[in-house]
Amino acid sequence: MTLLMGAVAYDPKVVTIWSGFRAWLRSRGLPFDFVLYSHYERQAEDLVTGRIHAAWNSPLAWLRSDRLAKAAGREVRPLVMRDTDRDLTSVVLVRNDSSYQAASELAGRVVGLGAVDSPQATLIPRSHLRQAVGDQLKVRRFDVGVGLHGDHIGGERDAVRALLAGEVEAAAVIDGNHLLFGREGTIPAGSTRVIAQTGSYDHCNLTVIDTAPAELVTTFGDLLLSMSYADPEVRPLLDLEGLTAWRDGRRSGYGLLDAAVDEEGFYDKDGKVTAVEYAP
Amino acid sequence: MILDLEGLGFEQGAHLLVQRALQRLAPGDELRVTGSDPALTMHLKAWCRQAGHQAHDVDEPGVRARIVRGRADVDRWADAQRAGGPGADGIVAKPRADWGLAVRGALVESGGPSAPFDIADRDLVWAEIAPALYAHAASAQWDPDAAVDWRADFALQDDIERAVVQVMTYLIENEQAALVIPAKLLARVHPHFREVLQLLAVQAADEARHLEVFTRRALLRGGELGTSSVSGRESLATLLTEAEFSMASFLLSVLGEGSFLNLLEFLDDHAPDPVTRQITRLARRDEARHVAFGVAHLRYQAEKDPSVRTRMRAAVERRYAALVDTAGLNQDVFDSLVVLAAGDWTPAAIAKGYDAVRKLQAEMDDGRQRRLVHLGFPADEAAELSALHTRNFM
Repeated sequence: MTLLMGAVAYDPKVVTIWSGFRAWLRSRGLPFDFVLYSHYERQAEDLVTGRIHAAWNSPLAWLRSDRLAKAAGREVRPLVMRDTDRDLTSVVLVRNDSSYQAASELAGRVVGLGAVDSPQATLIPRSHLRQAVGDQLKVRRFDVGVGLHGDHIGGERDAVRALLAGEVEAAAVIDGNHLLFGREGTIPAGSTRVIAQTGSYDHCNLTVIDTAPAELVTTFGDLLLSMSYADPEVRPLLDLEGLTAWRDGRRSGYGLLDAAVDEEGFYDKDGKVTAVEYAP
Repeated sequence: MILDLEGLGFEQGAHLLVQRALQRLAPGDELRVTGSDPALTMHLKAWCRQAGHQAHDVDEPGVRARIVRGRADVDRWADAQRAGGPGADGIVAKPRADWGLAVRGALVESGGPSAPFDIADRDLVWAEIAPALYAHAASAQWDPDAAVDWRADFALQDDIERAVVQVMTYLIENEQAALVIPAKLLARVHPHFREVLQLLAVQAADEARHLEVFTRRALLRGGELGTSSVSGRESLATLLTEAEFSMASFLLSVLGEGSFLNLLEFLDDHAPDPVTRQITRLARRDEARHVAFGVAHLRYQAEKDPSVRTRMRAAVERRYAALVDTAGLNQDVFDSLVVLAAGDWTPAAIAKGYDAVRKLQAEMDDGRQRRLVHLGFPADEAAELSALHTRNFM
């Protein structure tokens, strides 16, 4: 039997990465293959129905898989995650020359967010802001790559550009992109200020379903965890995938997103898509 | 240790100072960072996460974060290797394919794709004189516009001019082959042998210049170009199909260009006009260098491995077999050489010209034999091989 994993083709590099990992895993005795999805919703559904054994999931897809599995009497678990998937935060930016000092002052002001399904640029920061301004939150969304759960950076970049152009009063981005936008010059030095930062949360994980062949799943996890950044064969793939080491998967970093999903009514408790403006 | 970034933010290059401080520590050691940039802690954490370090909040006056040094950068360079040394004395015998285009002497990260350079053995391409020859070749480049007096005043009889044009046509055809062959080899030689690449590139540039001046001379009086025979092209085609670097170099440089030197000297002596004399003299200087590298390289190789002489012999025989049924040198070319050496149409002049061309052929044969002996062939074998050389000269 072949262990079959799903991955979402949010970028052409996904093919390079998983073809490379596939060759590496197979050369070490694991019969492994992968299929590509155009968005996360079908991948989550296919994981729970057992069409695939494992899924390289966004945090939102992990939550949906978990809810769908429970509703179906099954169980999913995060097998591994990247070292770079742990303890991320999102920040709310304003223009440096504005008068805003705290998120509560944004009541009634327009905040630029990312795509409707972005955990880091929409769901978690909107939940954070809602706690500060309640139902007076006004949002302008930048829907780029809907269905990719925020993996596409375009929505965040557009929100920041709108902030700098004076079209919105604040914008939310993940901390790593804030660093990137500063370094690449999208955000000129000294042009913005951070007025709020969310609590920390975890990002992607490699989710497996309990119906998957247990021995192969164990081997898969062990092999991934054994990948070394010192190994010249996998290092270019790890660089592309943005990690220096795989870590054990954990469930503890998804509380903020879970709460946000309920507040927004994005999925119901059984994992059904209930967000009205969401059409992946 | 505390690193004070003062007001420097990550959008202004703060990572450089952090990186530099971390490089002085061992994996697992700690660095405390302070500074006044408001976004410092957030950026430090995001940067550390990507770079394989860990940043933690810290409750300590004057300190913004504590970094535990990771080992990703150490691991990346753990088995990196120097690609030999920068000078010619740093050349290794068999450079690795995955060094690819890495500069000789650079510290090369392990892994990466194998570059498609199939000529990657020092003993197959190297000659000790390659660096010196390259330096000489680079300094001896000349500008066809400035080096040749294209406006020199001369008048030739029509049929003498036609003979010059025919010889030029033949020279251009041969120079085209002499350009394409090093250019093809150039793309196959491992860049570790930098001096060989440089030499081949200049050699191709030399031939490019020769194409230009021979063409300009052929068209100088407004006439048409001469003829191109099947046998001439067949002869050159056998050079293009020789896949082995050393054998291509042997056939082209040692035998072909070597004989070509005699031809160019003949034209320098017998050309009826100053432009032809100038361009053949300039081209001859370049060709002498090409022959020197070919001979030096093959001698180096034959000293390392005497069986190379067997392969050289086989290459000559193969080429002879491929050309045995062809007509040899284009008769138009042969006749034109006679006319140029004759300088006039009297029977006595033609006899003198004919004799001069026979002498040229003997000199070519003699030169080939000398070079073959230099490469270690016994005299009788050298004579035998030289006799098998194509009647097309090249």
